[in-house]
Amino acid sequence: MNTVYRHSRAWNVSWLFVLIGVFSLVFADLEVISLEPWQELKRLFLGLFSPDWTNASEIAQAFLQTLSFAILGVAGGSLAGFLLALVFHWRLVRVSCAFIRAIHELFWALIFLQIFGLHPLTGLLAIGLPYAATFAKIYAEILEEGDKSALQAIGHNVSTISSFFYARLPDLWAHFKTYTLYRLECGLRSSAILGFVGLPTLGYSLSSAFMEGHYSVVWALLLLFYLLIASIRYWVRPALLPVYIIAAPFIIANDSQISFENVARFFTEDIIPAPIRNGETLAETWHWFSDLFMTQALPGIANTLVLTQIALVVTGALALIMFPLISRHFFQRTGRGIGHLLLVVMRSTPEYILAYIFLQLWGPSMLPAIAALALHNGAIIGHLIGRYSTEMTLRLDAAVGLNRYFYEMVPRLYGQFLAFLFYRWEIILRESAILGILGIATLGFYIDSSIQELYFDKAMILIVITALLNVGVDALSRYLRARLRLRTSVDCGAGNDYCTAK
Amino acid sequence: MFKTKITPIHLFLFLVLLFSASAQAVSDKTLVFSAIPDQDETRLKERFGDIATYLSNKLGIPVKYVPVKSYAAVVTAFRNNQVQLAWFGGLSGVQARLRVKDSQAIAQGVEDTTFRTYIIANHSTGLKASDDFPTGIAGKTFTFGSKGSTSGRLMPQYYIEQAMHKKVNDIFKRVGFSGNHSKTISLVQSGAYEVGAVNFKVWEKELKAGKIDTSKVSVIWKTPTYPDYQWTIRGDVDKVWGKGFSDKVKAALLDLKDPDLLERFPRSAFISAKNSDYQPILDTAKKIGLID
Repeated sequence: MNTVYRHSRAWNVSWLFVLIGVFSLVFADLEVISLEPWQELKRLFLGLFSPDWTNASEIAQAFLQTLSFAILGVAGGSLAGFLLALVFHWRLVRVSCAFIRAIHELFWALIFLQIFGLHPLTGLLAIGLPYAATFAKIYAEILEEGDKSALQAIGHNVSTISSFFYARLPDLWAHFKTYTLYRLECGLRSSAILGFVGLPTLGYSLSSAFMEGHYSVVWALLLLFYLLIASIRYWVRPALLPVYIIAAPFIIANDSQISFENVARFFTEDIIPAPIRNGETLAETWHWFSDLFMTQALPGIANTLVLTQIALVVTGALALIMFPLISRHFFQRTGRGIGHLLLVVMRSTPEYILAYIFLQLWGPSMLPAIAALALHNGAIIGHLIGRYSTEMTLRLDAAVGLNRYFYEMVPRLYGQFLAFLFYRWEIILRESAILGILGIATLGFYIDSSIQELYFDKAMILIVITALLNVGVDALSRYLRARLRLRTSVDCGAGNDYCTAK
Repeated sequence: MFKTKITPIHLFLFLVLLFSASAQAVSDKTLVFSAIPDQDETRLKERFGDIATYLSNKLGIPVKYVPVKSYAAVVTAFRNNQVQLAWFGGLSGVQARLRVKDSQAIAQGVEDTTFRTYIIANHSTGLKASDDFPTGIAGKTFTFGSKGSTSGRLMPQYYIEQAMHKKVNDIFKRVGFSGNHSKTISLVQSGAYEVGAVNFKVWEKELKAGKIDTSKVSVIWKTPTYPDYQWTIRGDVDKVWGKGFSDKVKAALLDLKDPDLLERFPRSAFISAKNSDYQPILDTAKKIGLID
């Protein structure tokens, strides 16, 4: 490789991350625990050829619920997010949004389950709240970076509202639309996994079927889920959206009720740290906090970071390996078709579900978590830079094969690649924490344990710590991107996620 | 792709529907019950749906079963009055009654007065059944059931830590939580964990159903007996359904004789229970640190 490339900052930073990843391996628990992982894998694989649809009504019900929660959650989130985007220059709004975003949907669901129980509001808020915070940020970026020439052209005597609707929105509408549609896809994934903590969505049936090793049912659910995501652009139609939004509340409605008492009790009793609640001495309170920090928070943070750093490096490696699969500079049409299918399946499967699958097969070490995070995120980044590479033009006499890969494509793509990888860093961290619910000793493990043991005060403190860790990594990632002058093509507000085609 | 804009009217409709859905009032005369998801989660509705029908016939009011995903969620639903009656484990029952004033344990299975946990081991460990505590489990991988389970976590943890004079994390090479008892059996059978703690009733039920490969996994130790599962009802039900309602529910449960329905629990019959029966569970939970 040429020397300019080798001595660039991006090159050095990359090696630093690889070193940290390798160093983390020392602390990671990577053992395959099950004695017969391949036998289980074979059973899982065979299930693919005999999907079991016998419980059609239950499957249909799970899908309707998944769809309804996703549509209402994303719709509510985008509305709230839009309003917040208008005042996103207020520091308080920016900081609160960053904090809310830093808490994963599943953690929100666990919190709201305590407040609203099985009421549908639990699922709606678990999706809507963090999504609103993300929408606020991305919508604000779109407003910030959008073309302002129309606005400058119209007179000053036009009201803010009219100028917004006539001079700004028309130019920006396409960006809003693309991003919102993309988030709906994410919303479907979020809604599906909420079932793992007890909402009546896809994850509920999926985890139960998995628990019992009913792999034919697992595949029936997964195949339908892929179909739903792959066909999203066909069923999300302007004329149909109001219908969905009107029908959804009826689908998710159930007869549990919200009592104000429970809500109040949650905030005034449950989450107040026990020693404070019981009016104990300062020394006892300190002991309680330090005990929680040393025995749970600290090991949780360490494991979360170890998992994140390893997964990040493997994600990067996988993305670089996989992107040629869909690039026209490397494969013909058929080859690319297979590549696309592979990447679509991997990035449509939520990492939580992937991790769950691998955990059933290999047992609860970090290995399944790394595999899940790397496959899912690697497929996303691979897809993005693959598409980006397809848009690049090569000289007629450009090298072919490995030479083309190493000396032409990778150097030219590298900045873009790193930018995407750093965007995913924070997301990988959030997921690493949440995978603890499945039994890997990251922060999610301790949070879930506290909730299962009904210590909501401890759970809240650990969730706040998780959020702060996330905000920290996000800031570091932003700093690195600025230092390395990395920018992604801002075709839809860049965001902390990838954007769908067009 | 979208062609039309979402107009304010759409948004208004959306909000109206959202709130009308959440405020939807339903006949509050339906008694809702739930149960801890202690085994095969795909069959929860089949297991308890018929119990709802039975209770409904006996009590003359609508009764509904709601499935939940975790032990803690049943306690929370009970506390939030989204569930008024629950089939709890020993620990979850104690936790629930501590949180809901005047709630009462009303019935338990005959077997619940002398419940046990079986310690099971994969044959690759070479561990053999014995009456003395199997100290050879030290250094093995070990799985509990659910984090909030009495027979799958609280009691085995207590007895193991007492016998070994160490915390479980220091005894075993790895400690996991399978989620439920059926899963514990299948994990130890497959060797994913070498040793596990399982509810003796679930073990016997699955053994009878031919679901356990005894050439791979067997019981190596049985804990002493302790009180476990029970039906618990909220104290305020009499206010909603009339005086003496909780006694009616109790009578209906004690009167449950259909062997097919009893097999769902699986218990041979229900007998009377009271809160103080579970004092030993509360004491043990405090020793382990699961209750402050």
